[in-house]
Amino acid sequence: MSKKSYRQAINEALAQEMRRDPTVIVMGEDNVGGMGAPGEDDAWGGVLGVTKGLMPEFGRARVLDTPITESAFIGAAAGAAATGLRPVAELMFVDFMGVCFDQIYNQAGKFRYMFGGQGTTPLVIRTMYGAGFRAASQHSQCLYPVFTHIPGLKVVIPSSPYEAKGLMIQSIRDDDPVIFFEHKVMYDDEEEVPDEPYTIPFGEANLTREGGDVTVVAIGRMVQFANQVADKLEKDGIGCTVIDPRTTSPLDTDSILESVAETGRLVVVDEASPRCNMATDISALVSQEAFSALKAPIRMVTPPHTPVPFAPELEDLYIPGPDQIEAAVRAVAGYRA
Amino acid sequence: MLQLNRDTLVEAFTLMKTIRDFEDRVHTEFATGAIPGFVHLYAGEEASAVGVCLNLNDSDYIASTHRGHGHCIAKGCDVDGMMKEIYGRRDGLCGGKGGSMHIADLAKGMMGANGIVGGGPPLVCGAALSAKTLGTGGVAVAFVGDGGSNQGTTLESYNLAKVWNLPVIFVVEDNGYAETTASAWAVGGSQTKRAEAFGMPGREVDGHDFFDVYEAAQEAVERARAGDGPSLLHVRLGRHYGHFEGDAMAYRAEGEVEALRRDKDCLKAFRTRVTETGLLEPEQLDQIEREVGARIDAAVAGAIGAAAPAAEDLLTDVYASY
Ligand SMILES: Cc1ncc(C[n+]2csc(CCOP(=O)(O)OP(=O)(O)O)c2C)c(N)n1
Ligand SMILES: [Mg+2]
Repeated sequence: MSKKSYRQAINEALAQEMRRDPTVIVMGEDNVGGMGAPGEDDAWGGVLGVTKGLMPEFGRARVLDTPITESAFIGAAAGAAATGLRPVAELMFVDFMGVCFDQIYNQAGKFRYMFGGQGTTPLVIRTMYGAGFRAASQHSQCLYPVFTHIPGLKVVIPSSPYEAKGLMIQSIRDDDPVIFFEHKVMYDDEEEVPDEPYTIPFGEANLTREGGDVTVVAIGRMVQFANQVADKLEKDGIGCTVIDPRTTSPLDTDSILESVAETGRLVVVDEASPRCNMATDISALVSQEAFSALKAPIRMVTPPHTPVPFAPELEDLYIPGPDQIEAAVRAVAGYRA
Repeated sequence: MLQLNRDTLVEAFTLMKTIRDFEDRVHTEFATGAIPGFVHLYAGEEASAVGVCLNLNDSDYIASTHRGHGHCIAKGCDVDGMMKEIYGRRDGLCGGKGGSMHIADLAKGMMGANGIVGGGPPLVCGAALSAKTLGTGGVAVAFVGDGGSNQGTTLESYNLAKVWNLPVIFVVEDNGYAETTASAWAVGGSQTKRAEAFGMPGREVDGHDFFDVYEAAQEAVERARAGDGPSLLHVRLGRHYGHFEGDAMAYRAEGEVEALRRDKDCLKAFRTRVTETGLLEPEQLDQIEREVGARIDAAVAGAIGAAAPAAEDLLTDVYASY
């Protein structure tokens, strides 16, 4: 056990799985860096350094840099996954999915069903998501609801370094295509992370706080904010259960419904654009399955229905934060019909 | 070169120097922490943007890349508005909502810098289709990097421009790298042979030589305007800074950038050429340099002092109507 960053936790998971299983390969743009260039090898190790050190240990045959051709290399990763390798392909920013979406949702995500259960596609696509980097509209989206929407894909959204390592190892060992979402502002977050390999199963939510008054379901980076609010409100006598679903597909509906059965009050916090996102999905689930348990209308905390703006003042307004979560929790806790 | 009059030469030098000073200044301002986000600088590549865009007018369109400041300036975007945009100010060219990677000015025919590598070429086919259908006489230019030249969208656009016989010029700006990856490794085949394979002319161009770019672009633009379809320029050049601000450039050779600045500077080459042939006086160029310097100082001061967007701006302009 030692303190590790989100970045190190993912890097360690990749390295440990590559040591364990020679069919695990890594690919992406500048995942090594300096291909064909006169300077240093392993010059970048990915745009934010997550794959640094892998090429020196595992060689270029297992850590591949790619030209800027997402359609071709993400598709190649899918094809390789269907034929004997376990590729971990990096699609730098999730916003770039648009360039190669067909290979993900019409190809990788549907092989097994269309082929009548033949074969598996053990593909992991690592990708950065989220606002807060001043990276503007084409480098800041969440988009995980889009992937959650598609049958055949699994969607993993680790909320801390510990979660990231265990979920990455599980993703690599999983036999289905997994989209693994890394929040770009969390790479330097640190916490205690075991040195040895471990897995965290998909579809099992993590209750990061327990309290009897309000259930707060939060996704990805929003879990941190929900925890802060829960800690603050506990002092004011409002007990929150904070649920981190960890994976949005599969989704641990049982944990959510059980908690709402106890609290009768639900707030869902989602950084994704508000229409057809995880907040609407989970709210619909609870409305349908736990209507009689509800003591207050469900509250959704999301950004507005706009692209992510560039100016820091606007981006800060855009991102859901602790203040909005606190207001929502107080509103449902104090609700009287 | 003979066909270029003094006014055009002065304009060329002014634009190239404006780009250089703009980028050098953004580099130092970024280092102070004053500029948010990702910034990709065009310094060193000025002759390409200016050599191409001086053959265009306001009814012609260009699409740019993430490294877009130079294309914007060459196409006539307001330098004050650009600087404010890079600082995220309300009076910026895009109201502070786009930033460095999305500067656009449609009235100037500048369809935007682009955060998506390979995003521009299809859009330019559309601009050329509009020009052709509406009979504006306009042409459209896609600037694309060596890295972007490998995107499916780019190669598909070559084909579409050819089969629709569109007035398009693809300008592949080959600065040797896509992020850290050498173009010599990442590009299969050759750029000009790719053009040939799609049935359009392709020409190698020295991107450190304004005159070479200008002349090649002139030929391609005339061809497009005459209705003879697309062509491609493979412009070789070098970038003075990292991929983006903050890149330590470990992948480049020792002394590479210094040599580039010393031996391949398009501004120095331009000055030598026009003064040795007596077309412009050194004092004239010195004067332009002083004016440009003051202009950039003013742009930075203006951007620093400008107001941030207002809270209500967050919700505007998502749709034309809703
Ligand atoms: C679709 C897509 N893939 C990857 C990126 C990340 N990226 C931004 S710039 C760049 C390199 C582009 O190289 P090149 O086209 O040669 O342009 P240069 O930076 O050299 O001007 C990459 C990989 C992106 N923005 N969009
Ligand atoms: Mg390049």
